[in-house]
Amino acid sequence: MNNLLTISGSPHVHTDESIKKIMFSVVYAMVPAMLVSVYFFGLDAVRVIGISVIACVLVEYLIQKYLIKGDVTINDGSAIVTGVLLAFNVPANLPTWIIVVGAIISIGVAKMAFGGIGKNPFNPALVGRVFLLISFPAQMTSWPLPKPLFAQTVTDTITGATPLGLLKEGQMAGKTIEQIMADPNMPDYIQRMIGFQTGSLGEMSALALFLGALFMFFRKVITWQIPISYLLSSFIFAGIFWMIDPTHYADPFFHLITGGLMLGIFYMATDMVSSPMTPKGQIVFGIGCGLLTMIIRLWGAYPEGVSFAILIMNAFAPLINKVFKPTKFGL
Amino acid sequence: MDNVIVYAVISLSAIGVTSAIVLYFVAQKFKVIEDPRIDVVEGTLPGANCGGCGFAGCRAFAEGIVKAGKLDDFNCPVGGNSTMAAIAKALGLEAEEKDPMIAVLRCNGNCDYAPKKLNYDGPATCAFAHNLYSGESGCPYGCLGLGDCVVSCKFDALYIDEKTGLPVVDEDKCVACGACVKACPRGIFELRLKGKKSRRIFVSCINQEKGAVAKKNCEVACIGCSKCFKVCAFDAITMENNLAYIDDEKCKLCRKCAPECPTNAIHELNFPPRKPKAEETAEVPKEPVTADSKA
Amino acid sequence: MVLSTFKIGGVHPPENKFSSGAAIQPLPIPGRVFVPITQHLGAPAKVMVNRGDEVKTGQLLAKSSGFISANIHSPATGKVFRIEEAIDQSGYKRMAVIIDTTEDVWAEGIDTSPDIIREISMSREEIIQRINDMGIVGLGGATFPTHVKMMVPDGKHAEYLIINGVECEPYLTSDHRLMLENGEEMLIGTAILMKALGVKKAMVGIEANKPDAIGHITKLAAKFQGITVHALKVKYPQGGEKQLIKALTGKEVPSGKLPIETGCVVDNVGTAFAVYEAVQKNKPLIERVVTITGKAVKTPSNFRVRIGTPIQHLIEHAGGLPENLGKLIGGGPMMGKALVSPEAPIVKGSSGILLMPVEEARRTIVKNCIRCSRCVSVCPMGLEPYLLAQYSRLEMWENAEKERIMDCIECGSCHYICPSGRPLLDYIRLGKANVGKIIRTRGKI
Repeated sequence: MNNLLTISGSPHVHTDESIKKIMFSVVYAMVPAMLVSVYFFGLDAVRVIGISVIACVLVEYLIQKYLIKGDVTINDGSAIVTGVLLAFNVPANLPTWIIVVGAIISIGVAKMAFGGIGKNPFNPALVGRVFLLISFPAQMTSWPLPKPLFAQTVTDTITGATPLGLLKEGQMAGKTIEQIMADPNMPDYIQRMIGFQTGSLGEMSALALFLGALFMFFRKVITWQIPISYLLSSFIFAGIFWMIDPTHYADPFFHLITGGLMLGIFYMATDMVSSPMTPKGQIVFGIGCGLLTMIIRLWGAYPEGVSFAILIMNAFAPLINKVFKPTKFGL
Repeated sequence: MDNVIVYAVISLSAIGVTSAIVLYFVAQKFKVIEDPRIDVVEGTLPGANCGGCGFAGCRAFAEGIVKAGKLDDFNCPVGGNSTMAAIAKALGLEAEEKDPMIAVLRCNGNCDYAPKKLNYDGPATCAFAHNLYSGESGCPYGCLGLGDCVVSCKFDALYIDEKTGLPVVDEDKCVACGACVKACPRGIFELRLKGKKSRRIFVSCINQEKGAVAKKNCEVACIGCSKCFKVCAFDAITMENNLAYIDDEKCKLCRKCAPECPTNAIHELNFPPRKPKAEETAEVPKEPVTADSKA
Repeated sequence: MVLSTFKIGGVHPPENKFSSGAAIQPLPIPGRVFVPITQHLGAPAKVMVNRGDEVKTGQLLAKSSGFISANIHSPATGKVFRIEEAIDQSGYKRMAVIIDTTEDVWAEGIDTSPDIIREISMSREEIIQRINDMGIVGLGGATFPTHVKMMVPDGKHAEYLIINGVECEPYLTSDHRLMLENGEEMLIGTAILMKALGVKKAMVGIEANKPDAIGHITKLAAKFQGITVHALKVKYPQGGEKQLIKALTGKEVPSGKLPIETGCVVDNVGTAFAVYEAVQKNKPLIERVVTITGKAVKTPSNFRVRIGTPIQHLIEHAGGLPENLGKLIGGGPMMGKALVSPEAPIVKGSSGILLMPVEEARRTIVKNCIRCSRCVSVCPMGLEPYLLAQYSRLEMWENAEKERIMDCIECGSCHYICPSGRPLLDYIRLGKANVGKIIRTRGKI
């Protein structure tokens, strides 16, 4: 025998799971939503997703190689995930340079400045998105109407309001729900489910997002605690107020399939690094996200509350970890 | 409009004055009365808070020494004699001159002399490796080379030599605080007298196994043959458990023991090189490459 | 059928039970045996023989030296070559009696016939004394002296004897084969232990990946009073005594306490068999079934091995030392210890020898913790391994103690599942050692 024996502590076997496998599972899960966005926005979608991913990976590479001068870990796929998620959170007509700025903030500030993967307290894609929303409000809220890929007429990009935007505008103007829903620009339920609505790239089709979520669940990349608690708490909260006053509050199904809620529930809130570590804590986190999302949607100035709600709950995650501990054996 | 400004100025001034008065009285009431000498003594200390004196920090040392009123059990190894003299002056006492000490690594089992027989695959900390097994060379007393000592040194006096895999003590930076002695799970470090002109002689091995067993794992181990013991005229060498030990207070640096050692386990630091004897045709045992030599 | 299991945590490493079809073969006695004097938890035994003495198989070599200690008997006949430190499975050298062996001559009074003796004629006290005299310790790996386990402390009450036939570690099959081939003797041993403990009910737990053993033992147990057999869901670490008690009785052993608090005492099937041999045949513990297996070994086998046999000897009889040997493990892959040399001997606690090829021997690169909380979800004790490992790395011992680091059973599930390859269990072990030291010094002050 010519090899030296290896000595290490037990255990001596290891699962196949790795960071790379987890990240790429998330990427595959987002493929249905990516396809839907390409169908509705054509080459614009390809541009936004492509630029976002390339920019994120490049920023991570440059920072790791030349600034930190440490190991380069771009092949673990986490920058790609951030890139796709950032792309999902912006409108399809966002100028390229703004996307690059978003990538620099997401990766450079929200991830690398804290120490790289695993050390960021906030979801990087959301930090990028909120930064862009606050810095470039006009470009970030002009939503192009979808022009299906094989449509006959290729017109100039016409912009319109998202369903949530219509809702908020209508409420500010004092209209009732019925009047808002009757607006010809408001798509109906089926249309919203499948994706015939306006919104950012990833918000289009609740169905596609749900399929991806199922994939992640079976691959054990996400667990049920955060999605279910987030979903139920937002649904129930919206439902309570809708039952109290249906003329001024939209029904919970409306809230569920419009805006970034589906994206937030399954892809953003479940980000492992910024969410709590304990099962009980994760349920509390989900409930908090749900409540905050709805509070901002119902009474806040912004039409969409998902990004802010998740970021606020990210800030609470360390406290949640400390308070909500798992049940120990024998205690 | 003017009224607003006037009111603002008056109210803020009133708050300011009230707060100042309250704070003054509170500061007087809750004042901690301390012996003013503690501050003086603390001023003479280096302020490294390294714990080498055995106290929790320089302030704690100052408090302890002022309370005790004498210098007998107190020593700041970092500041050395000059600091102890300054403290003595501040307290009106006499300071004893102590000989400076330095940390010494008593192992020379580098990659050539103690070749690797196993691959270690685990966290890079000596504490864990020590609990796991005897070491990559097989010697259960030898240095593991994973650097717990380097991490523990607050004075940047230790680094692991890449070629030998052993820690090296920087003679100028080491203040003999004892952190490495505590950090090493095998007790390989020892604080020894720095010696006149920084010269010292020591046995670079702590292996207590029988000679044949020790030699199998490491070429330069002490095999407990007692040859050094026999030539020492000053009774400085003791043999115990197959291991020779040189008492640094008795050693007169005569250098008779080192060439006697068949495995070159005795190290002489900072001496001028020996002149080869002209009459002898046999080769004088060469100075082995040691972790501390200036070569 | 819904199988019982423990509720929190657990992982599913690949089973790789290559040797489950290999019948137990007696291994020829080697030319020289190395019998360490510490093969059990507690004080090392005191050597009673001298260099040059002639000893017979089964003769007392070293005597128990304290309440928690055990006798050690000679596994072979021959002359004591030396009594000195020899390499053992700990990675260090420990005191051992080294014997040059000759043909087997058993000491007087030992029944070496193959007949099964079914009637239990000794009293409870006599049984416990015999177990003590014959040096029986827990053969599941912990090697706790069995006679001490049988003595229930005042104020506590034993209701169940649980026999651990789970063998949840991948690769190992010694318990499986023992149940198939010596099932009746093992059950007689169980009945003896029930008498020693003073209980009327015994439960044998076997994992569902051994259906032949479950069927066989169930059939045999029908003839015994009070012994029931239970199939358990395949999940590591079902064989841990706390998890086993939870699965079979639903009770949880309180933190920091022993299983007797729940009224249960757990023993391995191998221990039950050794008790049978001790009480019915007056035979001391000098041999045991050891599995030699792994992806690098040529012939995975189960041997009946004399204590003190160098592992080399087993390897030679299992196809020889493989070229591609990367790691030699004493025990299973989850909790076994990597050995420094095949010269180390088999001891009472050796359940298996695993030969791992070079490809599997090195660990993956360590990356940042991605806070995925998989370690939290697999910990069978409900702890938070990422937190315990972090506290240990930062030397925050008080915090680690508050987070119950001492409850860790060192099963390795956290380390196994971590996608970043972090050495969680290594740091937790370091933490446990330091916290244990603090607790001990606190007790002394």
